[in-house]
Amino acid sequence: MKKNRIKVIPAKKGETNRVFARPATLRDIDNHYCAGCGHGIIHRLICEVIDELGIREKVIAIAPVGCAVIAYDYWDFDVTEAPHGRTPAVATGIKRTRPNNIVFTYQGDGDLAAIGTAETIHAANRGENITIIFVNNGVYGMTGGQMAPTTLAGQKTATTIYGRSLRREGYPIRMLEILAPLPGARYLERVSVHSAHETLRAKRAIMKAFKTQVDGKGFSMVEVLSMCPTYWGMSAIKAAERIRSDVATFYPLGVVKTY
Amino acid sequence: MGKKILMCGNDACGEGAMLAGCTFYAGYPITPQNELTAYMARRMVDTGGTFIQAESELAAINMVLGASASGFRAMTSSSSPGISLKQEGISYMAGCELPGVIVNIQRGGPGLGNIAPAQGDYFQSVKGGGHGDYKVIVLAPASAQELLDHTSLAFDLSDKYRNPALILGDGLLGQMMEPVEIRTQSSGNNIHNKPWALTGCAGRKPNIIKSLFLGDGVLEAHNVKLQQKYNTIKAAEVRVEMINSKDSDIMVVAYGSVARISKAAVAKARAKGIKAGLIRPITLWPFPEKAISEIADKVKKFLVVEMSAGQMVEDVRLAICGKAKVSFYGRMGGGIPTEGEILAQIEKIV
Amino acid sequence: MKAIKVKKPSGKIKINKDRCKGCYLCIVNCPNGRIKIAEDLNVKGVKPAIFSPGNCTGCAMCAVICPECIIEVYR
Repeated sequence: MKKNRIKVIPAKKGETNRVFARPATLRDIDNHYCAGCGHGIIHRLICEVIDELGIREKVIAIAPVGCAVIAYDYWDFDVTEAPHGRTPAVATGIKRTRPNNIVFTYQGDGDLAAIGTAETIHAANRGENITIIFVNNGVYGMTGGQMAPTTLAGQKTATTIYGRSLRREGYPIRMLEILAPLPGARYLERVSVHSAHETLRAKRAIMKAFKTQVDGKGFSMVEVLSMCPTYWGMSAIKAAERIRSDVATFYPLGVVKTY
Repeated sequence: MGKKILMCGNDACGEGAMLAGCTFYAGYPITPQNELTAYMARRMVDTGGTFIQAESELAAINMVLGASASGFRAMTSSSSPGISLKQEGISYMAGCELPGVIVNIQRGGPGLGNIAPAQGDYFQSVKGGGHGDYKVIVLAPASAQELLDHTSLAFDLSDKYRNPALILGDGLLGQMMEPVEIRTQSSGNNIHNKPWALTGCAGRKPNIIKSLFLGDGVLEAHNVKLQQKYNTIKAAEVRVEMINSKDSDIMVVAYGSVARISKAAVAKARAKGIKAGLIRPITLWPFPEKAISEIADKVKKFLVVEMSAGQMVEDVRLAICGKAKVSFYGRMGGGIPTEGEILAQIEKIV
Repeated sequence: MKAIKVKKPSGKIKINKDRCKGCYLCIVNCPNGRIKIAEDLNVKGVKPAIFSPGNCTGCAMCAVICPECIIEVYR
């Protein structure tokens, strides 16, 4: 539990010690995400890690196509976009030409595990020294809640209205376990943001992933299980509970591969 | 004049990129441009640049997008089917206003087609190619030397206008060996001229490179800005070669390798007493419409020759706008028009 | 048996209520039940989460889970 302790921020004049505030690189504006969406939490964790590592001026991020497409509105560092799924390819082009910068991609499950599967696998296999933050919420949120490659069996979506049928739609895909045998992939961990406790773990994993890159160790990816209350058709609290009871059962939390 | 080296067009193209300060190449094997990928593999490793054999043409063009966003001169190459895959990335680069050079050593199509020379990708090259309202600067070399020179030039134009540039060659030009002078007028990459590049936000506000504009009217304003840029390019960068344009009764219009064959056919026609000339567009976009239109004020017969079913001929007709008769002769699917065939067409029309 | 001295909890939080979207994840993550749903709507038209002073320890679990990053924690 010691590692979970929260850093004390020096108090403003006349105040008690502030122990938690918005990280400096997360712009102080409203985000466009639905209530209870995990993106807001994950954006913040990334910013906290970047601030704590002091790497803001070296960071180049690649925003995905999906709900987080305008992540650059919230992040106060250099960002570019990529066509849907090509995110790791764009990251490769940046990192190879700017090896001293810290390059990370932020991708959803459609982006990373469907249209960009080839780019993901080959970036890992080449051992690109980049970091991927993979947000797995099991649906295409931006386009209206269609089935994602990670949608659980039986889950109802806009394109699996009677629930995902394994016979018709196939099985949900576990990307970390696919990447694990590749020698180029160095650090792979699955975390979740369904509770404060798990969110603190998620931050540690993201920290380790960025450190993996800073230390030149190679490809790192953190899969973050995240809530989509809107397209799961439930309250944020129920969505968080669903991750604990259902999603994390199929996608077990923990380190899949480390060095 | 510098020393000449015997090299194939594909290699010359690669050397043109190296001379222009290209430090990043990503490609994927496809015939008939493989010599270029192999050449870059060797040259990039030897010079400390980056060579990546990508997992697909999609990945290759997007690696180029990334390297270009970083402020470096980057190139990819392919042949027709592979260029179709690259259209996604090219559209994004145009939208993001990112430079970058794409080389298309065309082959026969549609579909998998064959590996013989063709010019069936003209529309795709000059009309945009991918989704959205955009243009790519298109240069059409007609020799190994021009593959070198034009590739070098493409990098400069691409950087100058922050717009992708395309080299439209074909299998004939890519494969044939010719003496090539190793030369360049390129200024090389100048990162200081790229304040928009992603370098990490040390000492400045963060840079955002994007083609997504969701705000009310913002995308329209972006498009208007792009169109203004295209008009500037149209006004400044048209390149065309004219032969016998002053005293001809018939003008042949052809580009690339077909222009070379046409040049010989025009010479033979002249020897036979037919006043024939040649217009060779060097930039296919911007198209030399004004030059062609002016000639059509005097010359009333035009013959467009292409290795296609007739693509550039449409732009020639638009330029001439009914002022002269435009005939077409084309071969497809790897068929190459011969001197004799073109001469016969000239004799038939004149 | 020696009595164990327990330090009195002394935490407080500030929620920017007009930016709250009402997901209430903070409420279920507070170990001491110190966050409640407001009676009135905020500018977004939702009933925001509000701090209810009491035995708050300033553990910051509410802030850690808040997707809007609008909770500041003090000890």
